Amino acid sequence: MSKDDQILEEFTSKEYEHGWSVDFEADEAPFGINEEIVRFISNKKKEPDWMLQWRLKAFRLWETLEEPKWSNVHYPKINYQGIKYYSAPKKGGNIKSLDELDPEMAKTFERLGISLNEQKKLNGIAVDAVIDSVSVATTFKETLSELGVIFCSFSEAVIEHPELIKKYLGSVVPAADNYFSALNSAVFSDGSFCYIPKGVRCPMELSTYFRINAANTGQFERTLIVAEDDSYVSYLEGCTAPMRDENQLHAAVVEIYAAKNAEVKYSTVQNWYPGNKEGLGGIYNFVTKRGICAGDHAKISWTQVETGSAVTWKYPSCILKGDYSVGEFYSVAVTNNYQQADTGTKMIHLGKNTRSRIVSKGISAGKSQNSYRGHVSIAKRAVNSRNFSQCDSLLMGDQCGAHTFPYIDVENSTSQIEHEATTSKIGEDQIFYCKQRGLDEESSIALIVNGFAKEVMNNLPMEFAVEAQKLLALTLEGSVG
Amino acid sequence: MISIKNLHAKIEDKEILRGINLEVKAGEVHAIMGPNGSGKSTLASVLAGRDGYEITEGSVIFKGKNLLELEAEERAREGVFLAFQYPVEIPGVSTTNFLKTALNQIRVYRGEKPLDAVTFLKLMKEKMKIVEIDQALLSRSLNEGFSGGEKKRNEIFQMAMLAPTLAILDETDSGLDIDALRIVSHGVNTLRSADNAIVVVTHYQRLLEYIVPDFVHVLLNGQIVKTGDKTLALELEKKGYDWIKAAHGALEAQ
Ligand SMILES: Nc1ncnc2c1ncn2[C@@H]1O[C@H](COP(=O)(O)OP(=O)(O)OP(=O)(O)O)[C@@H](O)[C@H]1O
Ligand SMILES: [Mg+2]
Repeated sequence: MSKDDQILEEFTSKEYEHGWSVDFEADEAPFGINEEIVRFISNKKKEPDWMLQWRLKAFRLWETLEEPKWSNVHYPKINYQGIKYYSAPKKGGNIKSLDELDPEMAKTFERLGISLNEQKKLNGIAVDAVIDSVSVATTFKETLSELGVIFCSFSEAVIEHPELIKKYLGSVVPAADNYFSALNSAVFSDGSFCYIPKGVRCPMELSTYFRINAANTGQFERTLIVAEDDSYVSYLEGCTAPMRDENQLHAAVVEIYAAKNAEVKYSTVQNWYPGNKEGLGGIYNFVTKRGICAGDHAKISWTQVETGSAVTWKYPSCILKGDYSVGEFYSVAVTNNYQQADTGTKMIHLGKNTRSRIVSKGISAGKSQNSYRGHVSIAKRAVNSRNFSQCDSLLMGDQCGAHTFPYIDVENSTSQIEHEATTSKIGEDQIFYCKQRGLDEESSIALIVNGFAKEVMNNLPMEFAVEAQKLLALTLEGSVG
Repeated sequence: MISIKNLHAKIEDKEILRGINLEVKAGEVHAIMGPNGSGKSTLASVLAGRDGYEITEGSVIFKGKNLLELEAEERAREGVFLAFQYPVEIPGVSTTNFLKTALNQIRVYRGEKPLDAVTFLKLMKEKMKIVEIDQALLSRSLNEGFSGGEKKRNEIFQMAMLAPTLAILDETDSGLDIDALRIVSHGVNTLRSADNAIVVVTHYQRLLEYIVPDFVHVLLNGQIVKTGDKTLALELEKKGYDWIKAAHGALEAQ
């Protein structure tokens, strides 16, 4: 075994930092999924009948669908009857003010580095904290509501803002979109709702922190962001889960609606439990994220740093309907050990003079597989549109794989598409060069990898960029063969 | 400062260094010359601690320590610096950021406090003058798209920043234009002191007019076969290596 291999061994044996769980007394649904369970969830959330009917419709549809097989990921068949679809810490949820928050719960989030105490302002970021199926706390609600910004848990929004939910829920990702969106629509538990009124620049980052805690449960959250004309919001989502031997399912749906001149920046740092070194356990992350630039000059920008999950299946997309609208996708996906990631984006150009930009950086180490899957489609009426795609892969060692699947359809002659792709290997000479200047192996790799991912990292809100850099380094430390 | 005794090194079962003996004292400048493939860069790599070589015999003592037992980064922190013949590109990492990380790790190793951004930039400004390097270049990705000459100048700039006790310059002169050669040599001379030593690997005697060596060694086939003063470089320039090869061949045959 070469020295690099030994170091690789040492570092990849580093344990997942957030792998602990807390024993909350939980209110759970029995195992399995059927109409009764859907009713149970809706009832738990005291939902109005229209919401229940919407769920039931989605459930009946889901029953007719087949799990998709086209992605480049492999996992044992999921037993959908072996999952609990609802689990709520008994003391959580439905609190009127942060003072009522269960101290154990607050401690759980403190341990994750997230303060739900408004005095200890998390750099002026409003947080919605979700454990398993429910939102346990949302900070800075009052400050935001003075501006007319709504930031609350999804459950609360269904009760408090039914007209907005009815109007936008499923408008970007219909239940029928795919297998997992149908499942989510039937059993979604909680998530966040953001509404930015006309002309308002949201003064703080809005952020949702998802934590799977209970065993054998799936997490099916739902996020909806609506940005009215001339508004702006930056939203961040973070995720962790305890270490468990069994695989847990996470099937979220995120919808973004951007009206005329609105700009929505959505950043994710995904750090679900990836499974252990042998590939045991870990989260199946099957997520549908889509935004629509409904009005002219609207802009949606997705930035994701994907470091966790055993299997990731995720394509944050933009429908560029408004003329001159802009869609961006910046992604870093890191896989190590036996992780598999199939991720990318769809840019659907419908409006005239629309622009899209895709920057994807895949980093694979260990025995992992990392695929970029992108679809750029330019409709006939989307004249003078442009797309630029850059897909770079970095390999560490020789047992991992990087794959690129770009699909392109252009139906007019005035549009332009550029696609660049590179694959490189972290070179021993790069590492030696760094070491010769006094850097240890760990810092050398962190430096090289962060350099590789820089264009994407630069798009993260400042507060999270540092965190994400560390996470990236941590996932990969010593992974050079 | 460094004492190399009977050093043998193999790569992939091929013996490249076949008994190197070299003694370098503080304050000295040694030049190593020799035909292509004779093992000059290999010697530099072995001293710097690159992986992949098998040391089969010999010893290297650096400032009283067994150099061969140290990791590459430890050697660097102890004061060994290698200006690479072919500097490596690191996309997305600026020279500034790279050097700040490096310098601070070295300082921490030596029990010194890491430099804050302001002090670091001040130091950088000062050292930039020595090799007349441009700020813009240092903000770009390390060596990416640098011209051959820019890469070499950047190596010497890094040397100035890290202030090593033993600097090995592997063909730093190749790729430099006439003015750059003068500037870079001037830079190296500025960094010369009674406390450090420099080993320059070169093919051309021209460099040695600027950086005047105390000793010139000829490396042939993995061994130092001749040592002289700076006039040896002149002689080599005129006569090439054949006469040494012939003399050495005769010697080996005996
Ligand atoms: N990884 C390797 N595998 C096999 N042979 C190698 C390897 N690295 C170096 N060599 C060989 O070792 C010998 C010495 O190479 P080295 O680079 O040290 O020469 P050099 O004296 O620096 O030459 P130059 O003047 O051309 O720079 C050469 O024959 C080279 O091909
Ligand atoms: Mg050489």
